Amino acid sequence: MSPTANPLRDRQDRRLKRISGPGTLIFFGVTGDLARKKLLPAVYDLANRGLLPASFGVIGFGRRDWSHEEFVAQARVWVEERARTAFNEDVWNQLAGGFRFVSGGFEDDDAFERLGEVLQELDDTRGTGGNRTFYLSIPPKAFEAVCGKLNEHGLAKQSWQDPETGLQPYRRVVIEKPFGHNLDSARELNEVVETVFRPDDVFRIDHYLGKETVQNLLALRFANRLFEPLWNAGHVDHVQITMAEDIGIGGRAGYYDGVGAARDVIQNHLLQLLALTAMEEPISFNAAQLHSEKEKVLSAVKVPTDLGSASARGQYAGGWQGGEQVNGYLEEEGFDPHSTTETFAAIRLEIATRRWDGVPFYLRAGKRLGRRVTEIAVVFKKAPNLLFHDNTGADFGQNAVVIRVQPDEGATLRIASKVPGTQMEVRDVTMDFSYGTSFTESSPEAYERLILDVLLGEPPLFPRHAEVEQSWRILDPFEEFWAELTQQPEPYAPGSWGPDSAHELLAKDGRTWRRP
Amino acid sequence: MIVDLPDTLTAKVAKTLVMLRKQGDVGGTARVLTLVVVTRPGREERAITAAQEAAREHPCRVIAVVTGDPDAPTRMDAQVRVGGDAGASEVITLRVQGELAQPNESLISAIMLPDDPVVTWWPDGVPEDVSTTPLGRISQRRITDASAEEQPSEALERLARGWRPGDSDLSWTRLTLWRTQIASITEQFGVHTLRDITVQGSVGSPSTALLAAWLQLALPNVPVFMAEAAGDSPLVGVRFSRRGGDVELSRPRGDLAELYLPGQSVQRVSMPVRSLAACLTEELRRLDDDVVFGRVLTRGLAQYDRSSVAPSPR
Repeated sequence: MSPTANPLRDRQDRRLKRISGPGTLIFFGVTGDLARKKLLPAVYDLANRGLLPASFGVIGFGRRDWSHEEFVAQARVWVEERARTAFNEDVWNQLAGGFRFVSGGFEDDDAFERLGEVLQELDDTRGTGGNRTFYLSIPPKAFEAVCGKLNEHGLAKQSWQDPETGLQPYRRVVIEKPFGHNLDSARELNEVVETVFRPDDVFRIDHYLGKETVQNLLALRFANRLFEPLWNAGHVDHVQITMAEDIGIGGRAGYYDGVGAARDVIQNHLLQLLALTAMEEPISFNAAQLHSEKEKVLSAVKVPTDLGSASARGQYAGGWQGGEQVNGYLEEEGFDPHSTTETFAAIRLEIATRRWDGVPFYLRAGKRLGRRVTEIAVVFKKAPNLLFHDNTGADFGQNAVVIRVQPDEGATLRIASKVPGTQMEVRDVTMDFSYGTSFTESSPEAYERLILDVLLGEPPLFPRHAEVEQSWRILDPFEEFWAELTQQPEPYAPGSWGPDSAHELLAKDGRTWRRP
Repeated sequence: MIVDLPDTLTAKVAKTLVMLRKQGDVGGTARVLTLVVVTRPGREERAITAAQEAAREHPCRVIAVVTGDPDAPTRMDAQVRVGGDAGASEVITLRVQGELAQPNESLISAIMLPDDPVVTWWPDGVPEDVSTTPLGRISQRRITDASAEEQPSEALERLARGWRPGDSDLSWTRLTLWRTQIASITEQFGVHTLRDITVQGSVGSPSTALLAAWLQLALPNVPVFMAEAAGDSPLVGVRFSRRGGDVELSRPRGDLAELYLPGQSVQRVSMPVRSLAACLTEELRRLDDDVVFGRVLTRGLAQYDRSSVAPSPR
């Protein structure tokens, strides 16, 4: 379905959005947190914005013993609670007419048989055209079972061709992180998925990449004259990428223990952000070009030889945070009190390219930190400061471009400016470039964009398997090093910015973490 | 906060803006454009409300020029709304009459945002030669509304005669959802099976005419007809007569469109009638020239057969 084939789609006609063609979206794990809070509301929002076709079906697959009607009633509650756009009865009724529920376990042959029947029924009654997207919102250990069953029951097979248009209905699969827990397991997982689906039909969701600001990073870098000439080792001192959460583990005990902050966040989100920050300019925004630049820069990432001095890890302790008493990690309910899983991790990486020679990239991620924030800070070298002698000791002139990914998406530029009224005092001030906070309110939620991209079959925002492999290549040595340590991760106070070793990591290089 | 400035000058308005900014009543948010709204007494509130809503997505300074009686004594009254009273925008209303009733650049130049593009919007119709009017000349984008005129077809012709890149009309914007759905539907069945297309709606409506013109221009070998049909909105539906069964997309009422495909039960799809604010928001999203609109207006309108046929019942 190439865009030029339709004479009604003129390349210059930029008002026309692409809306998804007919199809069915099948959610495995539909009663999970993500499906309830994000996925189904996003589907409704897409429908409400007129971006879903009339011929559209949604199938929930789960263990609950629900009828179609019970599923619709439950989904309505979720949508009304979480949808971004206003609830419209007509739109809902139209969308919900294509909702079905299939009850069963992931290894239940009968259930997959029923799934096949329901898919056929939707094709017949709703005109969904045999197009199927399987969304696996389930633990990775269940991937093999589900993919296997889909294969056995012929649900993932490319079947027939439309005699008139020559189009083949698609079969796509969406998987969520974690993509394995190390390089080997990532490869195994990939094999499981790719024996059933074609590589181009596998969409790995990293919802960060659907965020407006992450895409704005590309605009900031490549649509401006100002930044790119300075975006290199000649002017950049170092880069800090932070993803902090103010909450603890709460109910995710089972998932988190044994995984830790590095695998949970650094391997996927932070290394993707690093790639977008550091990559060369792609020759176009098409998926292949973007992926090859990201892959290139990830493969140039050097793993430090002295892992101990290039990393830090910690576990949050109990105490007071922002006015409430919170549990330490080891005291959280249902936890191994001797767990060595880290809730904070920081690593220092370098990129062996001419552009980034000698520029450290510091990545940190953690829970129970000072506040919830994700940002990329590109910190420039200090100005030589030949004129402003009177300011001795004052800290100024180190420019920084900070891209705030969440919350309050936007960017700031830190520049030195004269203090009013004084002779020639200078201090740093922050210039905030948000495109108006109101803008982000109406900008589509990341999941909406990603789901639509999957339905349209447009992969630029989704990491490819090669990128996943590169990320594990970078992280595995750290994980192996940490696994051999006998002592517990260093405790840190809740609401702080991590353990002392994290601060030492930068202090060793004569730098400090920004306070986000 | 609302500041009234009776019988005033633009310089005083500019001073008031600086003062409000110092007091902290004007936010430090970046603004991306100046939106000039040219309207008449009694009609300004509806336009300003739409502009404020559009400013939620595109933070802007709104300058509403309300042109009164040219024969009255020359006078300007201004009002500045900022902060909570203006939403994400700041709104400056200039009520002008007498010699000032023909607004030009000098009236507003002191209060336009530096560097940012200027968009001028005439919510009440289509002025003659819009791109050469004093405000049209300084605008990157000129937005008119043919359907607000009493003789919309004539307004459309007027627009076509003087069309310059940067001119745009809300009767075209109102078609975007229709065009999006139509493009998507034709992708499903391919255009080579088409015999002819009938656009159903009010024959005098500019949106209906533009839709037919767009289809005819893109599909030169498929005859496009128009059929008079009644409904809530001027455009009611489009019927594609084709080998293998007809396809029809129609929205006789409400926000749901009905899609009839051969051999299938009717499908419904969300296609809300869009508010003025939603259309304006779309207009402000891109400030480059809409060349497709230009082609449809200047070439497409002349090409399709404008004589109305009887609507075929479904």
